[in-house]
Amino acid sequence: MPRLTLYDKLWNSHVVRAEPDGTTLLYIDRHLVHEVTSPQAFEGLKLAGRKPWRMDSVIATADHNTPTQHWDRGIEDPTSRVQVDALDRNMRQYPAKAYFPFRDQRQGIVHVIGPENGATLPGMTVVCGDSHTSTHGAFGCLAFGIGTSEVEHVLATQCLVSKKSKSMRVSVEGTLPFGCLAKDVVLAVIGRIGIGGGTGHAIEYAGSTIRGLSMEGRMTVCNMSIEAGARAGMVAVDDKTIAYLEGRAFAPKGERWPRAVAYWRTLVSDPDAPFDRTVALDAASIAPQVTWGTSPEMVTTIEGRVPDPDRERDPLVREGIERALAYMGLRPNTAISDIRVDKVFIGSCTNSRIEDLRVVASVVKGRRKAAGVKQVLVVPGSGLVKAQAEREGLDRIFTSAGFEWREPGCSMCLGMNDDRLDPGERCASTSNRNFEGRQGTGGRTHLVSPAMAAAAAIEGHFVDVRRLG
Amino acid sequence: MQPFRLLTGVVAPLDRANVDTDVIIPKQFLKSINRSGFGPNLFDGWRYLDRGEPGVDPATRRENPDFVLNQARYRGAQILLARRNFGCGSSREHAPWALLDYGFRALIAPSFGDILASNSLKNGLLPIVLTEAEVDRLFHACVATPGFSLTVDLERQTVATADGSQLFAFDIDAFRKHCLLNGLDEIGLTLQHADEIRAFEARHLAEQPWLV
Repeated sequence: MPRLTLYDKLWNSHVVRAEPDGTTLLYIDRHLVHEVTSPQAFEGLKLAGRKPWRMDSVIATADHNTPTQHWDRGIEDPTSRVQVDALDRNMRQYPAKAYFPFRDQRQGIVHVIGPENGATLPGMTVVCGDSHTSTHGAFGCLAFGIGTSEVEHVLATQCLVSKKSKSMRVSVEGTLPFGCLAKDVVLAVIGRIGIGGGTGHAIEYAGSTIRGLSMEGRMTVCNMSIEAGARAGMVAVDDKTIAYLEGRAFAPKGERWPRAVAYWRTLVSDPDAPFDRTVALDAASIAPQVTWGTSPEMVTTIEGRVPDPDRERDPLVREGIERALAYMGLRPNTAISDIRVDKVFIGSCTNSRIEDLRVVASVVKGRRKAAGVKQVLVVPGSGLVKAQAEREGLDRIFTSAGFEWREPGCSMCLGMNDDRLDPGERCASTSNRNFEGRQGTGGRTHLVSPAMAAAAAIEGHFVDVRRLG
Repeated sequence: MQPFRLLTGVVAPLDRANVDTDVIIPKQFLKSINRSGFGPNLFDGWRYLDRGEPGVDPATRRENPDFVLNQARYRGAQILLARRNFGCGSSREHAPWALLDYGFRALIAPSFGDILASNSLKNGLLPIVLTEAEVDRLFHACVATPGFSLTVDLERQTVATADGSQLFAFDIDAFRKHCLLNGLDEIGLTLQHADEIRAFEARHLAEQPWLV
């Protein structure tokens, strides 16, 4: 018997046909759709006189453009409204399995609502016109981001033309130190293998640290696979996967449940299955992470300092550091804990779930944001997350601390709505990208965990959350 | 899709590693529901000194004279020479749409973000991978030679300098090459296998009925 990786199993079970050179027609089970990357795909379909193949594979929502306050006023930005209206129209013409439009209680970030509704299941192929689709791999499925032409291709054929990636196992072993979260794990992984380290690979995260994470923590880790260049990240199915899914809206029910669970239990890599590349990290060596530059690989710990480009030998890397420091307005050798922040953003498909909000609340309870911090946005990942947080009273902890409690959406992770950084503003952010201009033209982003973002909001600068007490 | 066979064009050197798709086309320009019109905002944050917003007439913008694409010698370039991991990050197909709309037909780099490479191929924009050393040589030649141009021959899978003194071979997936050479509609090709897809689907959904 060949020893197969989880990736092998997921791939093999979806091959419709394969050419001798490996070009494969891969069947797609779940297609997640949002308003930014789908209008041209639906338009292309119509222009070619084609119909969608299987709309009951589609779960759709509006998340990127939607405002996070004053919902009674609708979407005031006319260009944002055009995209959301286009999705509304397309969903009326081609009804999906589920559509959670703007202001629906189950609306939210596409990568939050899929899992929370049980629409992401083990063994599936999951695609979306969004690079953070890797999030769903936490459930033992093959999930990856696609472009708009591929969105149209999946709509029209329920398949993608693809070639298998190489496989990489990232093992993290041991107990995660106090104060460290899933976000610190994945930032440490990216710091190790680099922003291009996973290019051409599908990553399986394994080891006792990963198994020790909750499903939400695993989603955070898989979410940022693309920040290491990997289109897909995944974690094997275990008891936690199954416990999380039981009873969710679109999860199998009745006699189908035990049948599904029996199959899902096979979705693990065989012992000694070969990987093209393996990387090992020791959890004990991980400390709270903070990015200092304009790429997620430009990361250090809260105890670290901004690097000195003069000490870098590779000229391309040195110039990259120099440009990043100029953009970020940072001097070499500055202690990370001396960097002050103007704004704090808590949200995004990386860190906007209920456990993230509980962590933030546990840090800020009974405290207030520092006077020098202009704004702290807390943006839940979905309407359901928001309702849960309010049932637990977390919203009152946030507002008492001077934070703004907003409506769900992608918000300031990429600032397609009104939530943005102004030029030169510095932000501690729980999101996934610190690229130039990502959170607003000229904005300066430092990626951190929810605990570290909360601590920075309270102290006004980066601070070791382990010492905040 | 516009076929790609033979291209001779001026080369513009973008000497930075890890250029992400947020930089190639910033988010405020993703609100269009069309596939064209993104060219004026390609590399918007680097190309202009003023802040770019949708709907602003490009003629009124203040160009950044230091940005490579604004230098007279690189105007009209059709080949973009870049460093490793070009086009990492977001899956936005608006990035290749913007590169094409600007006038680029081919990209040369030591490596590309997976999604950008895939999106480019589907739009007739050819991403060519050469080694770090080859790309380095091209950067030196490009900067040293005003009007430096290259000829890309997709059929033969080669990149050549105008005087023929340097010739580089590149790899490309046979299926992608076939689609590019002939400007084929990939959906049409896939639908030729519709019966196989239906047969697979029937079996697959019977085995896992919870997928519906």
